[in-house]
Amino acid sequence: MLLTLWLLSLIVFFAGQILPGDPGRAILGPLAAPAAVQALDAQLGVNRPLITRYLSWLGGLLHGNLGISYSYRTAVAPFVGSALFNSLKLAALAFVIVVPLGIAGGVIAALRAGRLTDRVISVTGLTLATVPEFVSGIVLLVVFSVTFKLLPVTAAAGPGASAGQQLRHLILPAIPLIFVLFGYFARMARAGTIDALASDYTRTAVLKGLPQHTVLLRHVLRNSLLPTITVIATQTGYLIGGLVVVETLFNYQGIGGLIYKAAQAKDFPMLEAGVLTVGVVYAIATLAADLLLIALSPRLRAAAIGDRASRAAGAAA
Amino acid sequence: MSAITETTVTAVVTPRAATARWRLLTRKPTFLVGAAILLFWVVCAIAGSSIASYSPLAQSLLFTNTAPSAAHWFGTDQLGRDVLARVLVGSRDILIITPLATILGTVCGTILGLAMGYFGGILDLVASRIVEAVLALPAVMVAFLFIVALGPSVVTLVVVIGFIFTPLIARTVRAAVLAERHLDYLPAARLTGANAWSVMYVEILPNVLPAVLVEFSVRLGYAIFTVATLSFLGFGIQPPTPDWGGDIAANYGLLAAGYWWETLFPALAIASLVVAVNLITDSLEQVMSS
Repeated sequence: MLLTLWLLSLIVFFAGQILPGDPGRAILGPLAAPAAVQALDAQLGVNRPLITRYLSWLGGLLHGNLGISYSYRTAVAPFVGSALFNSLKLAALAFVIVVPLGIAGGVIAALRAGRLTDRVISVTGLTLATVPEFVSGIVLLVVFSVTFKLLPVTAAAGPGASAGQQLRHLILPAIPLIFVLFGYFARMARAGTIDALASDYTRTAVLKGLPQHTVLLRHVLRNSLLPTITVIATQTGYLIGGLVVVETLFNYQGIGGLIYKAAQAKDFPMLEAGVLTVGVVYAIATLAADLLLIALSPRLRAAAIGDRASRAAGAAA
Repeated sequence: MSAITETTVTAVVTPRAATARWRLLTRKPTFLVGAAILLFWVVCAIAGSSIASYSPLAQSLLFTNTAPSAAHWFGTDQLGRDVLARVLVGSRDILIITPLATILGTVCGTILGLAMGYFGGILDLVASRIVEAVLALPAVMVAFLFIVALGPSVVTLVVVIGFIFTPLIARTVRAAVLAERHLDYLPAARLTGANAWSVMYVEILPNVLPAVLVEFSVRLGYAIFTVATLSFLGFGIQPPTPDWGGDIAANYGLLAAGYWWETLFPALAIASLVVAVNLITDSLEQVMSS
């Protein structure tokens, strides 16, 4: 995991360097004198060789110093911290709604595989997953904010807003994310359930006369959810792209918007800190999913606990 | 054994099987609806400026932000340009970029996937790791970094999106090739003295072609998603060229003022194109797996 993060830091740093344009020029604007631009570049340290800059940046990182923003001239960390908190609120709301919905949709589609219900859920899921977030966002805005004036146009509730008010502001931005994720989750849950339904243990459970809901909940669902959990964790990567769009459209100060604005302003320390933060969140999500998989699946649990346990499990099976 | 021979026989795409599949496809209502919508946008892309009664670029500062009316069915935008004309002509660039990018990705991905599946070994191992690395990055972010670096143009968009799709398509083709690798016709072809290239392209390729076709159609949907999103973020087709994503980006700030028609109609246009491609994908998938 540390290796992945180090690779990510390397990629982000050098990818940031291929962006054209010079930070001093970006900050001072097109009319500034060349001497002033050079002086600012020297002050920011961007005229040093690449390797020196990378090492000093990495050194700072290890001491918990994310760097100084070129645009704001203050430490990057507070910006990233509050943006991450805002994005997590939005993402959490989307996940709380979409995870049960996607799994339910996929399981229902699998139980009706090949029939009309399945086709409708599958085509709807595929379509929702490929309609860009800003398109569904616009349609939702027109319907709920402009026509019926039920919900606010922006996602930010303003300082001191109560939890209820914040929720009201976050519902509309969360829905486009829910739409896109629903398609992915439903497809994985459907595939997992179809596999589990066709398995020997399901046939055994049915043949020994267990009631249908017991078979579904205890035997099918438990196994069919394993691949879905992995997908849910890896979708954190997608979420960043989605957040850039949703946060721009709804004018919300989140991590996606922060990365997007930093890239436009050539604010490398901000960009790098933002992308790395996303990388850490991604790594944590993947780790959490692995742990959850181990907790849910006896086979993986046995492998994790060790040889003796796995041999015992093998004998028992 | 007989089952294996059977699948081998049915899997080979003979011209007759292709015709039968085409006939099956054209009987599917979902395919016909999708194809009709797609055809409508293709006609608009080619002849949009002659269909529309206004020029998509003509500004009229006396009629800015007017609501839909008999004269302007979709209303006018903040510069007084006819929204209907911009929606009709706005299909052009997205319909040029997305198929070209998807074709580029499909060709490169198929070549790579065939080699990975057929040769295996080190090549497969190294390429698989690279594919996984690319898959872990959000496509829109990768595209947007490259486009900032290279500058937005039709060629850049095609190349960048094609590049992002290559590993995804390679993965699908590789899996399809692995399924073919144990079938009898491959040793048979090798015994007749065919070299690796001819086995890959003459023997295997026709058999994995249905999978490639479905993957192409799926990717086309995602290409529309990516191009529209990049345009919305300002890294796609540049103004004043009419473009759905770009027009939404220019006008969504006016939503709060109640000028909904300037963003809703381009948004519905994107949605209709996505729905059309997905309907076609779904029917293709069904026909190819039957």
